[in-house]
Amino acid sequence: MLLFCEQLLNGLQLGVTLFLMSAGLTLVFGIMQVINLAHGSFYMIGAYVGATVALHSGSFLLAILSALGASWLAGCLAEALILRHLYRRRHLDQVLATFGVILFCNEMTRIIWGRQPLFMDIPAALAGSVELLPGLPYPIYRLVVLAVGLAVALLLWLIFTRTRIGMQVRAGAVNREMVAALGVNISLLYTLVFGCGAMLAGLAGVMAGPILAVEPGMGESILILTFVVIVIGGIGSVRGAFIGAVLVGLVDTLGRAFLPLLLRLLLSPATADSVAASLASMAIYIFMALVLVIKPKGLFPAHH
Amino acid sequence: MKKLLTGLCALALLFPATSFAADPVKIGMITTLSTKAGYLGEEIRDGFSLAMAKEGGKLGGVAVELLVEDDEAKPEKGKQIAQRFAQKDGVKIMTGIVFSNVAMAVVPKLVRDEVLYLSANAGPSELAGKGCHPNYFSVSYQNDNLDEVVGQYVTEAGHGNVYLLAPNYPAGKDHLAGFKRYYKGNIAGEVYTKLDQADYAAEIATIRDAKPDAVFFFLPGGMGINFVKQYAQAGLGGSIPLYGPAFSFDERLLAAVGEAALGVKNGSQWTHDLDNPANREFVENFRKTYKRTPTLYAAQGYDTALLLASALRQTGGKAEPAALRPALKKADFASVRGNFAFGANQHPIQDIYIREVVRSDGGFTNKTVKKVFTKHVDAYAAECKM
Repeated sequence: MLLFCEQLLNGLQLGVTLFLMSAGLTLVFGIMQVINLAHGSFYMIGAYVGATVALHSGSFLLAILSALGASWLAGCLAEALILRHLYRRRHLDQVLATFGVILFCNEMTRIIWGRQPLFMDIPAALAGSVELLPGLPYPIYRLVVLAVGLAVALLLWLIFTRTRIGMQVRAGAVNREMVAALGVNISLLYTLVFGCGAMLAGLAGVMAGPILAVEPGMGESILILTFVVIVIGGIGSVRGAFIGAVLVGLVDTLGRAFLPLLLRLLLSPATADSVAASLASMAIYIFMALVLVIKPKGLFPAHH
Repeated sequence: MKKLLTGLCALALLFPATSFAADPVKIGMITTLSTKAGYLGEEIRDGFSLAMAKEGGKLGGVAVELLVEDDEAKPEKGKQIAQRFAQKDGVKIMTGIVFSNVAMAVVPKLVRDEVLYLSANAGPSELAGKGCHPNYFSVSYQNDNLDEVVGQYVTEAGHGNVYLLAPNYPAGKDHLAGFKRYYKGNIAGEVYTKLDQADYAAEIATIRDAKPDAVFFFLPGGMGINFVKQYAQAGLGGSIPLYGPAFSFDERLLAAVGEAALGVKNGSQWTHDLDNPANREFVENFRKTYKRTPTLYAAQGYDTALLLASALRQTGGKAEPAALRPALKKADFASVRGNFAFGANQHPIQDIYIREVVRSDGGFTNKTVKKVFTKHVDAYAAECKM
């Protein structure tokens, strides 16, 4: 039971990290109709800048702020220089161009920071574990990541439901021609959304820095999961991204944790382990297929 | 006078390779310089170049030219480069491949086509056993060696219940098989994770629940950094000791892992603190030239160059595979590892050690703890019929 609680927390924590990544991507996808493969690069930029600032200043807060700034800037630059020219092009062109951006960013980090992965430590105040329940220690830092992710989700929800700009963004996701016809500066809105999406990815990156290896290409492994999340959640929907991210986090974590135990009840241990390893890595894709069978446009599609 | 000149030219045409061998011997290095594993190829290349620089650009007194190409850790790219080296540049000696899957795509064809291949890292079992070949020499190890040594050490240390973890791909299974060959106790669990998995929270919680005596893992590159950091953050570092092959604990990865790796024991055929003259010279020169401590990959690159130098010296510069083979087989060079000889399958017979991650001034490094195997022969040598 304790193990189950711990794995549940692990799943939630992976889920909120995925949410930070997918919130921006799903909006860009939904509003601008752009497939942005380079979203993982903003995650990497956040982690690299954060790790460098943390190393030189020793301040984690400063690291987060600079990572947010850097990824926002990178997002705005990428939008203004590259993506703006692709809005009216076919999806294949967009995939090609943003794939080029990935190669560029990976090579750039290699030129600036070298081939060696960077080190980033957990801030001293957040190191160690707390005993959530007797016999269930959990790293404080992971709890903080979970809390920050939930706070961002709440903030986004407030912005989207309570503010004018949020309303415009939502309207843009449903019918952008109509929104433009009503006199909203859609080009500014695009840049804003794109920059904020990149910033959220950067936040996910810098918060993952102390847990993961900060290395070139680190964005690509999470990008695949992010796409799974937005497909499950429904393209263009932040609410869908949140539900999808939490579901993917839980399915992935619980699958890895409990499939071997379940299969051991049915099969010999050696067979169970190898079957479980294959099944666990497929679990989220099977889950995605199931969701798509029942709801072909995802759980909460923005377009109808 | 004119006749004399014509005669000279004719002579030159008759003996192109011997008396007028002005062309340097070409060595093709196919290695991984980009992707996140790019530092591995950088280490091999730098180690190899250091040995050349020691002789002012020569090896064994013979002028050589090193051609380096990046295989991007992709088998098909490695194949293309090998083909270009062999056909366009006429290279007869190649080395440098980091990954076993690239080696398996490239090496079998090369050695059939009478090209010498000296492995400076990858040592897949297929090439050590039935697939061994007179033109293939492994200067590094057979892949399982660094796991076997840990299996033996963990058994000697009295751990009777060990949890195993590796990525779900062929090399992951091979490395765990290597460990199990020498480990005599009970296996608490054997988990194969996704390749390139970033978050290990679920696996770590399961390990905590299983309460093993020790954990053995093979997770190369960034996966190892992630796992070791998260393992320490979960508070398990102090209670359940970690063991693994050297691949997750070279000095460049340690800089990214930090304190979390302190005290972890790992198996290796080389450490920078091995006390022999060749090693002292190598480590000192490497630090002076590249301003960092060499890793085992650099040591392997350096040894590969020294081996080739010894063979070229014996043949007096003859670089044809047929001439070099017997000279290479003698392994008549001062390895930075100390004991070094080739077995029947042309893989090293060498000593293998357990080392421990310790603090060094300003960073983290490895310290040799114990020599576990002396003149160790790999498990596949008997299958090789050459």
